[in-house]
Amino acid sequence: MKLSRKTRDTLAFWGFVGPFLLGLAIFAYVPIGWSLYLSFFDARNTVTPSVFVGLDNYAHMLSDGPFVASLGTFSVFAVFIVPLTFVLSLALAVGVNQLRFAKAFFRSVFFLPFACSYVVASLIWKTSLFSGVRYGLANTVLGVFGIDPVAWTGTVHPPLYWIVLVTARLWLQLGFYMILFLAALQRIPQHLYEAAWLDGAKPGWQVFRHITLPQLRATSVAVLLLNLINAYQAFDEFYNIMGDSRGYPPFARPPLVYLYYTSLGSGGQDLGRGSAGAIILALLIAVVTLLQGKLFRFDRSAS
Amino acid sequence: MIRAVLRWTALGVSAILFLLPFYLLLRNGLASRAELTAPGWTLWPKQIHWENFTKLFDQQDVPFARSILNSVVVAVLQTVGLLVVCSLAGYGLARVPYRYSKPVFYAVLATLMIPTSVTFVPSFVVVSTLGWLSDFRGLVIPGLFSAFSVFLFRQYFLDFPKELEDAGRVDGLSRWGVFRKIVVPNSRGFFAAIAVITVIGSWNAFLWPLIIAQSPDSWTVQVALSGLLTAQNPQLNLLFLAAVLSIVPIVLLFAFLQRYLVRGVTESGLKG
Repeated sequence: MKLSRKTRDTLAFWGFVGPFLLGLAIFAYVPIGWSLYLSFFDARNTVTPSVFVGLDNYAHMLSDGPFVASLGTFSVFAVFIVPLTFVLSLALAVGVNQLRFAKAFFRSVFFLPFACSYVVASLIWKTSLFSGVRYGLANTVLGVFGIDPVAWTGTVHPPLYWIVLVTARLWLQLGFYMILFLAALQRIPQHLYEAAWLDGAKPGWQVFRHITLPQLRATSVAVLLLNLINAYQAFDEFYNIMGDSRGYPPFARPPLVYLYYTSLGSGGQDLGRGSAGAIILALLIAVVTLLQGKLFRFDRSAS
Repeated sequence: MIRAVLRWTALGVSAILFLLPFYLLLRNGLASRAELTAPGWTLWPKQIHWENFTKLFDQQDVPFARSILNSVVVAVLQTVGLLVVCSLAGYGLARVPYRYSKPVFYAVLATLMIPTSVTFVPSFVVVSTLGWLSDFRGLVIPGLFSAFSVFLFRQYFLDFPKELEDAGRVDGLSRWGVFRKIVVPNSRGFFAAIAVITVIGSWNAFLWPLIIAQSPDSWTVQVALSGLLTAQNPQLNLLFLAAVLSIVPIVLLFAFLQRYLVRGVTESGLKG
């Protein structure tokens, strides 16, 4: 019995793609479906709940101070981290790109923290760099100027813990975004710079503003969005810098940290509310991603 | 001239700031416990405390050696598995004609809109139902099905020179034979780039292993470090030494495979 060519292709397609699709169904579609189901039930400490509660879990999450506050925490974090990362990684990329020698050295130095995990960075930041006691590095430096030691992670007014959290993430991710900018800088055709020079543009700021920046537009949008989406999922450094053996303080909780303590924390597993929270967060991020698609298409038609 | 001096100064200061945390890791990891809490800043331990190594591996409450081994196993299995599963799927979507290929691709893309970390609660529910908690299966398998990697592979294979594949077909190779004997050997650089990114991501992952690895025997190195860090009154010098050891494998990768790492970062950053 000879199979037709079309049948053979169909079989080949499922042979190639089938294993992945099966896994995707089990580990992406089933969880989201199940999560939707759980979110309409009272699912405390159970994954097979029986008490239907309609939209109660959603209402609770959205009227619940801590969950809404966690979105506020994310917003504050984003306001700090997104512009700083953008400006600094672009500055590093431009600086490294202009070098005639030692280029590889500086690129490696700025990229090296990418090899470090958020847990290791949290350890350095929390117990050495910004340790709240007198022998921490930041407090030692302040001491040289005669300033008393500061409790970096514990001070709420003003919220000094942001300095610790933001600088940790900056150190970890600047190199990554610098690499993206470097790749884009190297793709800018040289003749544009020559033309600008012939037109009498001053090297430096003028050329940067009128040639370099517009050429980096697609990369800039990508960097901003990636950065925002990553900040939205912040968990590791918050959990490890702010949390300790006594638990987690009532402030500085980004969405995932709050969700973690609600659904899987030691205070009992409320999977119904946790699932409702996950669905709300997923919807929010899906909206951003769809907007990103729109932005990019808009970008292409404009250029 | 002034501009050059300014630029070099700025780059030099930045480089020092970037290297500072690595200096702290080494300094604190090789000092005695008393030295770390002594007033005044010592630039370097008076003598290097090699016995920290034995102390670290002798302590009972956190099985550190075991956690390193767990991380190695997870990173290797996850990377090899992901390369196999996702390259096959990417190739099928890029090259095998099928009536419903487009809808299937959209079904894959749709999952990209929701990062896995946001839905960790339902994923935890699925894995615990399967009975994979504190188990390599739970740590490794859910990470194999990366829609994003499939997307990257598909884009790459779409640009793969068709003439090479056609030559193989003429020689009587099946689709599978073409993929195995022609496409894969000619795509080593791309595979290496995805592999390096996957290894680093797997090694440094924290949220998923924290949820899944509930018994200390199944902890990955990141969970073990975090456990030490958030414990009461940690032995800081040993903790720093553990952290130094935890970044050694990745720094080595970095030193020898930076070319592929940079490629992997640019592919995943700019195509995403």
